[in-house]
Amino acid sequence: MPTVDLPLRTRVAALAGRAIADASRLVGAGEGSVIGGRVTLAIDQRALGLMAAGHQSVAVSGTNGKTTTTRLLAAALSSRGPVSTNSAGANLIPGLVSSLFRGRAGAAVALEVDEGHLAEAVAAVHPTAVVLLNLSRDQLDRFGEVRRHAADWRLALAASPDTVVVANADDPLVTWAAGACQPDSDGDRCGVTWVGTGQRWRADASACPNCGSRIKWSDERSERGGVQWACSSCPLARPRPDAWLEGSDLVLADGRRLPIRLQLPGRVNISNAAMAVAGAMVLGIDPGRAVRAMSRVRAVAGRYQVLNVGGVRVRLLLAKNPAGWAEALDLLRPPPTPVVVGINAGVADGRDPSWLWDVPFERLKGRLVVATGERGRDLAVRLRYADVRHTGEQDYRKAVAVAATGLNGAKHPDIDFVANYTSFQDARRALTSGRGGG
Amino acid sequence: MAEPVSIALLYPELLGTYGDGGNATVLAQRLRWRGIPAEVVDVHAGEPVPRSCQVYVMGGGEDAPQALAARELRSGRALVDAVEGGAAVLAVCAGLQVLGNRFAGEDGTVHDGLGLLDCETHRDDGPRRVGEVVATPDPSLDLPELTGYENHGGVTTLGPGARPLARVVVGHGNDGGDGTEGIVSGRVIGTYLHGPVLARNPALADHLLASVLGPLEPLEEPEVEALRKERLHAARHPHMHMPQLGSGWRRLLRGH
Repeated sequence: MPTVDLPLRTRVAALAGRAIADASRLVGAGEGSVIGGRVTLAIDQRALGLMAAGHQSVAVSGTNGKTTTTRLLAAALSSRGPVSTNSAGANLIPGLVSSLFRGRAGAAVALEVDEGHLAEAVAAVHPTAVVLLNLSRDQLDRFGEVRRHAADWRLALAASPDTVVVANADDPLVTWAAGACQPDSDGDRCGVTWVGTGQRWRADASACPNCGSRIKWSDERSERGGVQWACSSCPLARPRPDAWLEGSDLVLADGRRLPIRLQLPGRVNISNAAMAVAGAMVLGIDPGRAVRAMSRVRAVAGRYQVLNVGGVRVRLLLAKNPAGWAEALDLLRPPPTPVVVGINAGVADGRDPSWLWDVPFERLKGRLVVATGERGRDLAVRLRYADVRHTGEQDYRKAVAVAATGLNGAKHPDIDFVANYTSFQDARRALTSGRGGG
Repeated sequence: MAEPVSIALLYPELLGTYGDGGNATVLAQRLRWRGIPAEVVDVHAGEPVPRSCQVYVMGGGEDAPQALAARELRSGRALVDAVEGGAAVLAVCAGLQVLGNRFAGEDGTVHDGLGLLDCETHRDDGPRRVGEVVATPDPSLDLPELTGYENHGGVTTLGPGARPLARVVVGHGNDGGDGTEGIVSGRVIGTYLHGPVLARNPALADHLLASVLGPLEPLEEPEVEALRKERLHAARHPHMHMPQLGSGWRRLLRGH
């Protein structure tokens, strides 16, 4: 952080925030990043923009994949030099501020930003690039409509014309949000890198975000990855990607083909990596070098981590909403491998777990599912209607033990544990500390 | 019964934002568990609405998709014909609004509804009505208390002769200030409750099914009873269901 160039007030604010963050961490109250950032902002409201100024920066946002994509992007940027990033997942404005406390001069900045706060972050930071992953239903009690995020993004990006936008061409809401400034002669927004991720989730973009008419999806794969889509009435349509996935190869418009080999599982992470490569390229990182750096990332904030719980190997997966679950169901080991599912409905999860009925839990048939978390009863009723064999257990460690016993008492040394946001955090703590919780 | 009972799920891609498609699953499964064959027919925008289904289910959705769903439904008479022919309808949130006489979009634009329910929906300047609901059903329905979760910006006022589905005990409901929740007209039921409403209120599901099929044998379901008990208690005692202070503090410090 080139503190020398900062106004005195901002320097004092940053020092105070950093001290509070350190103190908070020392007393074991957590990472301290949120409280530290709040202290800094209380002293200097403009701290985020001032502290980020002079750094190359990327903001990553979307409903799903923010943390993983930011981690992959930070790995790519680290191949060249120091990186400041909010790796603890504190993705609201105070968390962004505290990620800059330790930034060295010349450090690149990779920020994971909550989708409801991207507009504010872009207005403050005017990042070099933003990476727009996807938008789907999540926490509707808090945010209302999904389209509102897209509208907010669109306005913020129009007001930050020097920011290069990297956007998922297979998500109509994201495409509309990214196309903020006047189209150039090719019909694209100046300065958008379109990535064909092959995203399959469509349920939140049936109506055109631009005009409200129906979006039509073609049955055929289009020329550059993904499936062609277009509004039935206005000109909004899938943009021609500048980079796209063919299987797990990322193909660039100049013909280069980069195999993406990750230690993280699943097709969804190949898509996240494709977005991260495109983001890194905006900051001048060679894509081959970016892909190599990403291949060394093993676990992201506990996701995909395997824990040994009383002799049972438990793989942790995060799935917060129907789109995330659509991907998680593909990652699960096949039946009869038991699964523990943890569901909370705290503020950060969304208080209404009705979305459980938009997840095809019928696909879990043929194995035992243990329902846990603060809203395990909602899940148990959902599983009953899905005709899935299940049982409820509030305590996370006991839930693992019950699952490992499986159907018919057959012992299972490996199980999968899928949870939504705060349940994931509770489970990770309970399963690593030896305490029950839940 | 040789032919399966047919349950139409109308425009799940437009009116499926809040998990309300689960209502169709609940209806079909409750029939199957009683040995009655049942099928769910998804009806997508652009396709004709079948007239021959016994039950029609519509859910909540966002502003533009809701207007699109209303245009699609009004372009034919299939749903109105089906209701006149004796079919039952459950319409939730945006679905309720579409079945009324008129409804206003977020920007104030007024759209014509289907007129199957004598109500209309406008927008006010207040915040969205969001949270747990407990409501006492209209006595004529002979149903236990309703539990659900509401999340809507619209305010629905009932016509002079219209019958509400329930009286609000906790939450907002229609919230024209008259304490009503939802609306009933014959076999057509509108409500603001998500959850989905039929998952949390199996008696309402069986009421809808019985209205077209005749009396049904009861089902034993302790899990659903446990969920109902938890939710009714949580709605009445919200402070007891907040996350514990300890973990709340940890979350605050960590990021949320």
